Amino acid sequence: MKDSLQIANTTFESRLFLGTGKFPSQQVMQQAVIESKTQLVTLAMRRIDLQANQDDIYQTLKKMDIGLLPNTSGAKNAKEAVLAAELGREALETNMVKLEIHPDQRYLLPDNYETLVATEILAKKGFHILPYIQADPVVCKQLEDNGASAVMPLGAPIGSNQGLTTKSMLEIIIAESNIPVVIDAGLGLPSHAAEAMEIGADAVLVNTAIAIAKDPIAMAKAFDYAVQAGRLAFLSKTESVSTITAQASSPLTNFLHTS
Amino acid sequence: MLPSLPNPRSFDSFASYKEQFIWEEIQEAISKQTSADVTRVLQKTTRKTPLDFLALLSPAAEPQLETMARLSQQSTQKHFGKTIQMYIPLYLSNVCSNSCTYCGFSRENKITRRILTQEEILQEAKYIKKLGFNHILLVTGESKNKVGLAYLQEAVSMLRPLFSNISLEVQPLTTEEYIALKEAGVYGVYIYQETYGPNYSKFHIQGKKADYTYRIETPDRLGKAKINRIGLACLLGLDDWRVDSWFTGLHLYYLEQKYWQTSFSISFPRIREAAGGFKPHVILSDANLLHLICAYRLFNATLELSLSTRESPYFRDHVCSLGITSFSAGSKTNPGGYVVAPASLEQFAISDERTPQEIASMLALKGYEAVWKNWDSLYN
Repeated sequence: MKDSLQIANTTFESRLFLGTGKFPSQQVMQQAVIESKTQLVTLAMRRIDLQANQDDIYQTLKKMDIGLLPNTSGAKNAKEAVLAAELGREALETNMVKLEIHPDQRYLLPDNYETLVATEILAKKGFHILPYIQADPVVCKQLEDNGASAVMPLGAPIGSNQGLTTKSMLEIIIAESNIPVVIDAGLGLPSHAAEAMEIGADAVLVNTAIAIAKDPIAMAKAFDYAVQAGRLAFLSKTESVSTITAQASSPLTNFLHTS
Repeated sequence: MLPSLPNPRSFDSFASYKEQFIWEEIQEAISKQTSADVTRVLQKTTRKTPLDFLALLSPAAEPQLETMARLSQQSTQKHFGKTIQMYIPLYLSNVCSNSCTYCGFSRENKITRRILTQEEILQEAKYIKKLGFNHILLVTGESKNKVGLAYLQEAVSMLRPLFSNISLEVQPLTTEEYIALKEAGVYGVYIYQETYGPNYSKFHIQGKKADYTYRIETPDRLGKAKINRIGLACLLGLDDWRVDSWFTGLHLYYLEQKYWQTSFSISFPRIREAAGGFKPHVILSDANLLHLICAYRLFNATLELSLSTRESPYFRDHVCSLGITSFSAGSKTNPGGYVVAPASLEQFAISDERTPQEIASMLALKGYEAVWKNWDSLYN
């Protein structure tokens, strides 16, 4: 049986999404995208030059048979994000948008409130919204109510390569969400991606860990394997190592049998 | 004994915050740092403070420069990837009412003065655009009447359709003027204190720039005007560069605490020859400059670090992967230098004269991508 992922009206066989920034060259980025077998890559509207010289990142990606997910990175509030989303829809001819609103420039942490506002506005305009968001279970439910197509909580601060530092919150989000959960940001190693899939994430998005690896192309492949392995482990429903250990005797309930 | 760091939010401006620190005490504290202090800071994983910056800048850190370079490279790649942002300066005017002992545009220097007309600016801009640039830095001398708010507003509005990112390096302005320029489409403002030390008035003899307090409070006004990026620097070689750089770092720390939505940039203007024959207090060696670049990176992981064409091709080729995130290329430092009046006098001599494409090819060989556009005017 096929194990595919549906987000809005698009179906994915690969559960690995890629970011396209930070690569040493566009050729390396292109090869990494191919080796990762991803079907969806995100690119920042601020990087795209629509007056198109041929070196532009969008020109490179357009030639590939791959889904493009414009993102609003650079937006500091809902208003700017909505403008960027509209530009993305027009330029890339897709209704999908990765909604990113980060008012601080040091940690690039998402603004929950502005993201909720922008999601509501964009949903009414017919967008399929994938918001990058704090690992906050309540906000994820509110985003679902506001019309998001998926939620993208962060595993750790962006670019930190720390793995699932927000794991206990992610587990609640996964348990409660009726829309796909894509874990975004902070995944530094293939094992982090595998762990995200094992706890039931629907997909992961990776950028820095692949882009700045010594061999980004091999690392892209490693993440593909890890995501597949983690997914398979999740589907095989092996219970995690239990803290409930069997007892040889039953000191608390023995009284029932001794009268 | 050094004071502990007071909370920047308790101060109205950096001028009053800076009064908590005495130049000579900082100089002494830097000289007394030990190898063990440096190691402790290098091993620290939490956010570095200006007190840690003392150790990073100190002579005691010099034997660990290789380690600092490695850590700086790792940290920079994590945040910025293997990319270098490309920008180019466009000099609009060399008219200046200031008298500064080190500057080619200083008012008593007998050079031909020129203010580009809006039409000339456009000619220069179109040439620059063809070179591939999307990020542009507009530079002027200080001339409030001739090159004031109206002139800058007009230039920025005219250039906005051509460039996705427009920054300024012009005379200090008021908060209201910065708000108006942000509205016109300005992304960042670079304003250099030159020196934070007791000799400021010896170098800045006459003109508005002689007003130390007004100048040092400029980044506060930029923060209040919510300008996206503020660029700081001291002129390396005017005074003790370690102490001046420490105060620059303190300024950065203060601004980050107060204006949390702003991003910051540091430049490394190492004094070179200019008209007037100024002799610097000290000339930084290449090792000093690399040390300084790494010290800033280890102090602050997300800072833009910018290196201009003042520096030689040899030095630029080697440090582009060690902490620097932004490069100028193909620069001219005279108004009209690209097309309108190529022969006019430069503010300072260019050392790296390679074309932007040659720089991009060099970066590619080093495993780095030259990024031409990383902002969009829709965000302004």
